[in-house]
This record gives sequence, structure tokens and C-alpha cells, in this order.
Amino acid sequence: MSGNIFDNPGFSLRATHHHVNREDEVNFGFWVFLMSDAIIFGLIFATYATMIGATAGGPGPKKLFDIGSVAIQTGALLLSSFAYGMASLALRYGSSRRAIIAWLVVTLLLGFVFLGFEVKDFLTMFALGGGPDRSGFTSAFFGLVPLHGLHVTSGCIWMLALIVQMLRYGIDEDVKLGLQRLALFWHFLDIIWIAIFTLVYLAGLA
Amino acid sequence: MNDIQDFGGHTEWGPPHHGAGAPHASYRKDLHTYLWGLALALILTAVPFALVYWHAMTVSALWIAIGIFALIQAVVHFLCFLHVNPPYEHLDETLLVLFTVLIVIIMAGGTVWILGNLHARMY
Repeated sequence: MSGNIFDNPGFSLRATHHHVNREDEVNFGFWVFLMSDAIIFGLIFATYATMIGATAGGPGPKKLFDIGSVAIQTGALLLSSFAYGMASLALRYGSSRRAIIAWLVVTLLLGFVFLGFEVKDFLTMFALGGGPDRSGFTSAFFGLVPLHGLHVTSGCIWMLALIVQMLRYGIDEDVKLGLQRLALFWHFLDIIWIAIFTLVYLAGLA
Repeated sequence: MNDIQDFGGHTEWGPPHHGAGAPHASYRKDLHTYLWGLALALILTAVPFALVYWHAMTVSALWIAIGIFALIQAVVHFLCFLHVNPPYEHLDETLLVLFTVLIVIIMAGGTVWILGNLHARMY
């Protein structure tokens, strides 16, 4: 327990530790990006909260949302987060490249399941007359939930790029740092999803 | 929750410390952190979904209950998946996260408060 900080001088960026290595530096920088992204999401959540009742006579949450589909998306994203955790462990404990890539592929497939059901839900909403142009409520919904979906999509693209990089160059320093930052990104998106399924779906269906 | 706390200090990135036989024990601890995270997150997800699905309470009680479950689950994710593990280490990340929470409370909470007040005055 004690001693870990001293085994890795510079692990913390506090002034008492003078040496800062590249790994800590880029990961901390990525944390700053994630938290600025969290503030953007927070404000879009606030916009959504002010628009919940603004259905302008159009369909509301109870007509548009499907709790079963949301449950599947939630499960897929949570399991994908765990699968990425297994990839992180494989990376940290020097498992073979194949093991890391296998877990990443599992993560990616679960991400596709999530995106597939999400797009299906959006299409259902369009069919029910709840497209983004229907009311303030649907505009706010389509400003918030697909923004998270776009984040997941870019995470999937990033993961594919890292897999290609690993196949081409092996596990070098850049790949390692990329995998660490994508881990932060992927777990962060799961936390944003907790807020979405609670504030948007469950609160709307309650 | 004590089990999770005990894992603090062993979940940092980078190569494990190579003591005698240490990597194996440290691997198991890291694995357990993820497994704990998954189990707790599954429970903390399933309960609010079930409550809403069966309309187990009044609407306002449901909102409070699912809000509490979401907050606990977010903390579990930060501890078990993102390895933000106060007070053991990662002080900078922890402070950054807490500062972000403060900013979101002020700006998002303020937005909801002001617009809710305005809305109430319009009727």
C-alpha cells in the first residue's frame, strides 16, 4: 500500500514530485478533456430537463420510449465496459497480443449491439411522429442521446484503429498509451449512459 | 465496500511491481476490482429498471430512488473501472473530477432552477 507513490515518482502531478513521465502527462491531459466533455453533457442534460414537459401536443416519453430496448442497451454497454477492463488487465500483465485483441473485439461487438438497438429506437421514434422537429422535448432528446451515441461511435472507430495499429506495429509505447486513454473514454461513456438511462428513460417512464 | 477500498493502490496503470510472486496476487486483486464493479453495477441497474417497470412506488418516490441508485452506480464506476481511488492516490484526477462535479452542479443545477422558476411564474 504505502510505497506505491514512491515506486512511481511523478505518478501524481503534485509539486512535491518533480519528475513527470509521458504516460502520466498524456493520461492526465485526457482526464482534463473528459471532464470538459462531462460539463458539456451536464449542460445538455440541464437543457433536456427544462424541456421535459414541452411536448407541444406531440408524443411524450411514455409513448416514445421502450424500456426493454433501453435495458438491452444498458446491459450491452456495461458488459462492454467490463470486457474493456479485461483488455486493460491483459495489457497491464503482459498477456499476448491475441488476448488483448480478443477482448477488444468483444468490447467492439457489444458496442455495436448498443448502437444497433439505439438506432432502432430512434427509427421507432421517427415512425411514431417523435422526430427532432416535433417539439421542444424531442429536440432536446435528439440533442442529448445521439450525442452520446456519436461518442460511442467514435470510440468504436478509435478501437478499430488501435486494433489495426497493434496488428501492424505490435504493442509499442504509442499503442499502450492509446489503449489506456481509450479505456478512460469508454468507461466515461458508460457513466454518461447511467445519467441518460436514469434521467431520460427511467424518469420519463416512471 | 471494504473489499473495494482495500484494492486501492494496486490499480494504477503501468507494469506491475515485480516482487516475489507479487504480480500474480496483484493480478487477482485487479481482476476482483473489475468483477466487483460489474456485479455491483448489474444490481444497481437491475433494481431501478425493475422499480420503474412494475411502478413499485409513486412517481416522485421513484424519481428519488432511481436518482440515488444512479449516483451510487456512478461512484462504483469511478472506483472500480476508472480507478479513481481516493484517498490512496490519483489526487489530481480526484480533484479534477470533484471540481467538475461542482461546476456541473452550479451550471446545470442553476439552469434548471432559474428556468423552473421562470416556468412557474408564467402560469
